[in-house]
Amino acid sequence: MAGPGALSGAGVRRPLFRAWLPWTWTPWRWIPWTWIPWGRLAQLAPVLFGIATLNFLILQLAPGDVVDVLSGEAGAATPETMAELRRSFGLDQPLPVQYLRYLGHLASFDLGHSYRLNMPVRELILTRLPPTLLLMLSALVLAVSLGALAGLLAARHAGRWPDLLLSGLTLLSYALPTFWLGLMAIVLFSARLGWLPSGGMLTIGAGHAGLAWLRDLLAHLVLPALTLSTFYLAVYARLVRSAMLELHGADFIRTARAKGAGEWRITLRHAFRNALLPMVTMAGYQAASLLSGAVLVETVFSWPGLGRLAYEAIRTRDLNLLLGILFFSSILVVIVNLGIDGLYRLVDPRVTTGARRI
Amino acid sequence: MKRRHLMLSGLGLAGLPALAQAQGQTPPHAGHAPADPEAPVRGGTARIVVQEPPILTSAFITTMNIGMVSSKILEGLVSYDLDLKPVPALAQSWEVSADGLRITFHLRRNARWHDGQPFTSADVRFTLLEVSKKLHPFGRAVFANVTAVETPDPHSVTIVLSAPAPYLFNYINTYGAQILPRHIYEGTDILQNPANSAPIGTGPFRFKEWVRGSHVALERNADYWQEGKPYLDGILFRFIPDPVARSVALEAGEIDVTIGSLIPVTSLRRFSDARKYTINTEDGRFLASIFLAQINVRRPYLGDRRVRQALSHAIDRAALVRLVWQGYGKPATGPIPSSVSQYYARGNPQEFDPRRAEQLLDEAGYRRGADGRRFRINLVSGDGGSLESNRAGEFIKQAFARIGVDLELVVEDPAAFLRRVYTDADYDIMTSSLHRLPDPTLGVQRLYWTKNIIKGAPWTNGSGYSNPELDGIMEAAAGEGDVAKRKALITRWQEIAQEDSPILDLVELTWTTVSTARFRKERAQGDGMFAGLEDAWLAPAR
Repeated sequence: MAGPGALSGAGVRRPLFRAWLPWTWTPWRWIPWTWIPWGRLAQLAPVLFGIATLNFLILQLAPGDVVDVLSGEAGAATPETMAELRRSFGLDQPLPVQYLRYLGHLASFDLGHSYRLNMPVRELILTRLPPTLLLMLSALVLAVSLGALAGLLAARHAGRWPDLLLSGLTLLSYALPTFWLGLMAIVLFSARLGWLPSGGMLTIGAGHAGLAWLRDLLAHLVLPALTLSTFYLAVYARLVRSAMLELHGADFIRTARAKGAGEWRITLRHAFRNALLPMVTMAGYQAASLLSGAVLVETVFSWPGLGRLAYEAIRTRDLNLLLGILFFSSILVVIVNLGIDGLYRLVDPRVTTGARRI
Repeated sequence: MKRRHLMLSGLGLAGLPALAQAQGQTPPHAGHAPADPEAPVRGGTARIVVQEPPILTSAFITTMNIGMVSSKILEGLVSYDLDLKPVPALAQSWEVSADGLRITFHLRRNARWHDGQPFTSADVRFTLLEVSKKLHPFGRAVFANVTAVETPDPHSVTIVLSAPAPYLFNYINTYGAQILPRHIYEGTDILQNPANSAPIGTGPFRFKEWVRGSHVALERNADYWQEGKPYLDGILFRFIPDPVARSVALEAGEIDVTIGSLIPVTSLRRFSDARKYTINTEDGRFLASIFLAQINVRRPYLGDRRVRQALSHAIDRAALVRLVWQGYGKPATGPIPSSVSQYYARGNPQEFDPRRAEQLLDEAGYRRGADGRRFRINLVSGDGGSLESNRAGEFIKQAFARIGVDLELVVEDPAAFLRRVYTDADYDIMTSSLHRLPDPTLGVQRLYWTKNIIKGAPWTNGSGYSNPELDGIMEAAAGEGDVAKRKALITRWQEIAQEDSPILDLVELTWTTVSTARFRKERAQGDGMFAGLEDAWLAPAR
């Protein structure tokens, strides 16, 4: 890729900005190929296949089907129309046939149709995914940042009142049920104080644009995101606190102190970086469990997300919809975990994706 | 309330009524002298909470939350007043021939569909024959005797019957027989038509958008056939799944109305200040719903009428209404609620009498054992019901324990519940709330009729009760054109139902509409839950 008129001699590195110039613009060079866990990606297909199979089989165990629900909602139905519905939905076929048909559709990325909501499943999922992603990411960021902060402060003041206060608070948020916390937050901040809206994602019909829109969105987001983050916030706080205390007497900390580094510099640059690793591991778990936690939080805050859609799909035995959501979430979780693997490398250069621990 | 709006909108509304401004309502005292404070005001958007419906057309499905939204967009031939008598809607007048076999409706001449097409008798004919009679679960019974629908001119329609159908007039509102546009539906798969989720109607409001999981927005139909109406600029239906969050949203002024008992009775006290809130208890009269315990007569012990009577005597219905429903309801005496005054007969109800109950059980041979118990049965309920229905189960368990009957409570989700009760018949007692409707032929017969014991089909005769004498009476009542004779038949019907007790009618439910006191409506309706709201307005904030 030597450009024309390169000044390069032996041992002289070409200036970095050269690569930004259009004639040498080679974006694929900027992708850290070696970071991508190819082996893990290859495992993806069988994992997804297994998830799809399990989803399908577990759902067969629930009594009643979507035709029962549709007829129940309709108020009445004749056995003939119910049989006709089962036939047109393919529910009268033997299980293996239904299963193979389902796999066939998945392979062609066809998630099917929700018969109850009269819409394609993919469309339903795609409209409900962004709110859930926003909620999940905000909760994740809040949990990680606030959790780390609380852990750092507690470790710095170990045994003194800030530590006791923070430990008490984190224990409380660890123990309280999420939905109850959400409801109490609504009662306090919406009903009593009137500071924040009690639910929804945007003020409907307000027609905000730009900054006003963002402010409106954030006002709606604060309570659900905080509520969803509480449990893991406590987990991170405890993880960081104990990791920091463990590192307190480590050799490299003593070295840093000996060379005259300030206490905060030691805490942040030397100790905290090491304490990050268990947090990253936990973030992988949290990303997966956030999806299930989102069901409760979305219900309490009438957040128009995927969790509630999934809950309704279970109750109404909307098999196609539920399978679609589960499949989508599975992919999401797998991708997040791949991302976490990448993060390890970022945080700790000693980790390589291919290497085994000695 | 004001403070929140100031904070969030950042517009600085100090000095103006914050809510009115936020909704784009004309400030009432601008310019000219203040008018009568009770006179309707134009403008504003009513924010109403409902549970999210699966579709937005009621023409072939009876789900209540569909009707609550759909009724603002699509209309019926009539609506009902508080006595459940029909009042004109799309039909401005009607006449019935002397033999009761021809009913002619004269339709509104200035009604148009939201896409500009004229509304005509052809639409009514198409809907009644192709949708209501063929696809609507109750319509099949309501219009069973209809042999033809004639359209002598674009504004008249005549229903021709093979036998009198006195109940027909009780089910032709927007919830029972919603009129659909023929030009949109004819020749299509009606159940899958995209207009089912984006309806085109004749009603006071047009469909604007439906954001799944969030809201349905409707806008004013300026071309509505009632001059000067609707008063509102639009309606916003919001979906708030959590009952506590709903109450908070209403208190915080984020919503104006909740329909269909969406605020649990235990929270209603918070809305008792009549200066700030209105609790309407008449909107659901038309449904005539009763909370009941249905007994599976095919099970051991329960096939014996004396046992069923004993169970009925064991329940103190007045206490049930007072404790569980906090007074929002009425003790039921029989299969027809007292609000259906045309046919209600008190008859000989099973009064609360635990001693009589024990006596009956002893007579039936089920004496108390050494542990004081007679036998053990289960009570299955669906979790889709209200909070009250769960608490009622606990109440019944205690009541039965007092007469030595051990009750196991089982709660299932809707699909499992329906399967268990109507397909597998694997239950002893089930509780549910069922609509009896203003005419017993429509809403009550289905629960007692031998021919309606249909395995697998929900809300049929799931008790398995069969009495040829009652079958004969119900069938005769259905085709009886003479009002007095029909009433006599229906009175006898109630007596037999009370005596045989395959179903214990417990509570006549009150459907509550809780709104801010600013929300007003000119006309009280027995089917107010499914009102078009063309006559509703938001009074200026004080």
